[in-house]
Amino acid sequence: MMTATFLILAAIAVAGSATAMSLRNAVHCVLALTAGFLGLAGLYLYLGAQFVGLTQVMVYVGAVAILAVFAIMMTHHPGEPEERFSRLWLSGFIIAAAVFLTLARAITLAFVASPASTTQAAAPSVTAQQIGDTLLSRYVLPLEIIGLLLTAALIGAVIIAMDPKDDPSHTEEEATQ
Amino acid sequence: MIALMNSGAFSAENLDQIFVLAKHALLARTPGMLQPLASAIISIVPLMIVFPLLFAITTILERKGLGRMQNRYGPNRVGPFGLLQPAADGIKALIKEDVVPAAADQLVHFFAPVVFVAAAFLGYSVLPIGRNMVLVNLNAGVLFFFAVGSVVELSVFMAGWSSRSKYSLLGAMRAIAQMISYEVPLVLAAVPAIMAAGSLSTVDIVEAQAGYTGIFPHWFLFTPWGIVGFGLFLIAATAESNRSPFDLPEGESEIIAGYFIEYSGFKFALFFLAEYLGMFATSALGITLFLGGWSAPLSFLSFIPSWIWFFTKLLALIFFFIWIRGTLPRLRMDQLMGFAWKFILPMALLNVFVTGLWRFLPAGPLNSIRWAVCAAVLAAPCIVLSQSLKQKKKLLLRTYHFAE
Amino acid sequence: MIGNGILKGLTETARNFFGSYVSKDRLTTVQYPEQKIPQIEASRNFPFLVYDGADWDAGMRCVACQICEKECPPKCIFIEKSKDKKPDAVGKAQFYPARFDIDISVCMSCQICVEVCPFDAIKMDVEFDLPTDNRFSGLLLDRHKLAKSNDYYHQIHPTEASAVDAALAEERAKTAAKAAAAPPVAAAAAKPAAPATAATATSAAPQPAAASTPKPAEGDAK
Repeated sequence: MMTATFLILAAIAVAGSATAMSLRNAVHCVLALTAGFLGLAGLYLYLGAQFVGLTQVMVYVGAVAILAVFAIMMTHHPGEPEERFSRLWLSGFIIAAAVFLTLARAITLAFVASPASTTQAAAPSVTAQQIGDTLLSRYVLPLEIIGLLLTAALIGAVIIAMDPKDDPSHTEEEATQ
Repeated sequence: MIALMNSGAFSAENLDQIFVLAKHALLARTPGMLQPLASAIISIVPLMIVFPLLFAITTILERKGLGRMQNRYGPNRVGPFGLLQPAADGIKALIKEDVVPAAADQLVHFFAPVVFVAAAFLGYSVLPIGRNMVLVNLNAGVLFFFAVGSVVELSVFMAGWSSRSKYSLLGAMRAIAQMISYEVPLVLAAVPAIMAAGSLSTVDIVEAQAGYTGIFPHWFLFTPWGIVGFGLFLIAATAESNRSPFDLPEGESEIIAGYFIEYSGFKFALFFLAEYLGMFATSALGITLFLGGWSAPLSFLSFIPSWIWFFTKLLALIFFFIWIRGTLPRLRMDQLMGFAWKFILPMALLNVFVTGLWRFLPAGPLNSIRWAVCAAVLAAPCIVLSQSLKQKKKLLLRTYHFAE
Repeated sequence: MIGNGILKGLTETARNFFGSYVSKDRLTTVQYPEQKIPQIEASRNFPFLVYDGADWDAGMRCVACQICEKECPPKCIFIEKSKDKKPDAVGKAQFYPARFDIDISVCMSCQICVEVCPFDAIKMDVEFDLPTDNRFSGLLLDRHKLAKSNDYYHQIHPTEASAVDAALAEERAKTAAKAAAAPPVAAAAAKPAAPATAATATSAAPQPAAASTPKPAEGDAK
């Protein structure tokens, strides 16, 4: 159903992502990508997935975008003109076309394959409670593994960012100096 | 006239629902086609009038309140007792020249305050201001609130980076670090209330606290995890809105104004407005989660309309914020971050655990078993953590090598 | 106890807040310009010219000796001597300033002009409320604006003014005593010398001296 809402949200998502690839300034690219994230969140909400849509905003806009801008700021030198087109543009174009054709084929096949999908079944509204129940009963093992992974990543980040002077074994000598 | 008064027209219930009834009356007069649009506008316009008005009142309350706490008068020249000072401030902000640095990124510089204000206003849409008075009753209302709260950090970065000034960039970095560090405890402190109510919807959470046993309410504040949760929520809310003692990012005496140093005139006023609106919204969420939203503190006081109770609690929290601002010195960046990660976060996680404990422990007479166990489980780590945060290094007597 | 310091601080500010409504002497604010703190006697801001009596032009003590103009470090005083003379604070005929301007945007209130003035003519004023809408001519005070009476001087610096008045009265008494003692001797000495001097002297130089000595004699004779 090509309603106006869907068109506007899709336009925001696509325009944001396209602009993110074509701007010169890296931080502008991240901000355009954030607009794309917001459009995507809007699409989730439009489909009735409240939890996923709001988590998309909270995680992607509130954390991933901030992470991206921090990374760019720490590593980039602003003001340097970036080269617009890389020299490998032909191979990039071929790969992008291949991916696009594969995805398009897969999506169209998914919609015509099973006869049950021809009926306009109402999408089940999934509440946060159902997601929570499923996470802790059926998918509890993946949840715990993801938790372990994130803890490992956090510890790794702290170790990388830690100043060797902050090592607790050195503070005793510093205090008495 | 007397007949009107004797009829049920001015009953407590009608006064309570006066805004809802007014909206229905207005909607009945609009044509059917426009009704959804009219409904949205009629709900939104009062919000956009009341909360900026509250902002204006808060600025004058803050200045006069801080003045009295510091043994001086606040502003007392404009209007009687200086009460028209916000009008003077508003006019000043509007007529000041809008200076944008030539090296600044024009588009991002323009949109930063816009995004800030938009995110601040969006948070109000899930807060129940009175009985049946919520703009949108989302199933995941609390999650929506935190989601739009996280957009604020992006706008802070936009403001700081686009000004291309080292002070503003430094201030933005510090502000974002602080906001991210305190956002996790904020959400975790809100989780116990969600657990106790069993729903993410703000209306359901308030409904769960609206009952009374005898004359005492069922507010979540009157439980051990509620006290600790509310305390943690308030601390995290103070840090999220960059208020004293966590106002290092906008430390007026240190990095001048931090990330909004290059903004002047109306854009500066917009930042100010958005910050205060964020403070009101987070306070209002705290009231919804822990203080029973619009319910009266004692059952026989329910004749006073619900929205009056909401604003009373909001004003009480605002006064508490002003009081804290007048009392505490500013925290240094490393103290701030250490406090967040080494004290607030562990206590918030513990609080979630204790809420579960409260749910599954037997009640006993007057909930005494539950109270004893939960209070003990919360108090011991609190003491241990705070002792560990105390400064270990002994300050030695300083010797001057080269002075006579 | 944890949070002890914070609680103490909170009670302190709460006490301040409620106490400020109860006892007014907690608030030390002075509501300027309705209330003003009286200034201490030793305060100073910019100079002014003292005049005795009621007429500011005739009673001005300044004799345009231009010492203050020379001594002023930032050179903010501009004096033009007059062509004629008039009697000064102790009665002697002296020049007077036709133009006496002080540029208070330059003046640094160092008080050197006051210290070097031999005639107690220029003293330091305490007025600080001097707003003006012209940054050049508004801040260049001329003779008329600078002239303030001796009574005003008594008001702002009472002990100083009394000391100056006593000193001036002493000076006047001494000059009067000297004039009273000198003329009988000078008149006797001037009589044989007067025809000789009157015949030879054509320049105006001895004349003021001769003119001034007969005056006290005439006054004394009266």
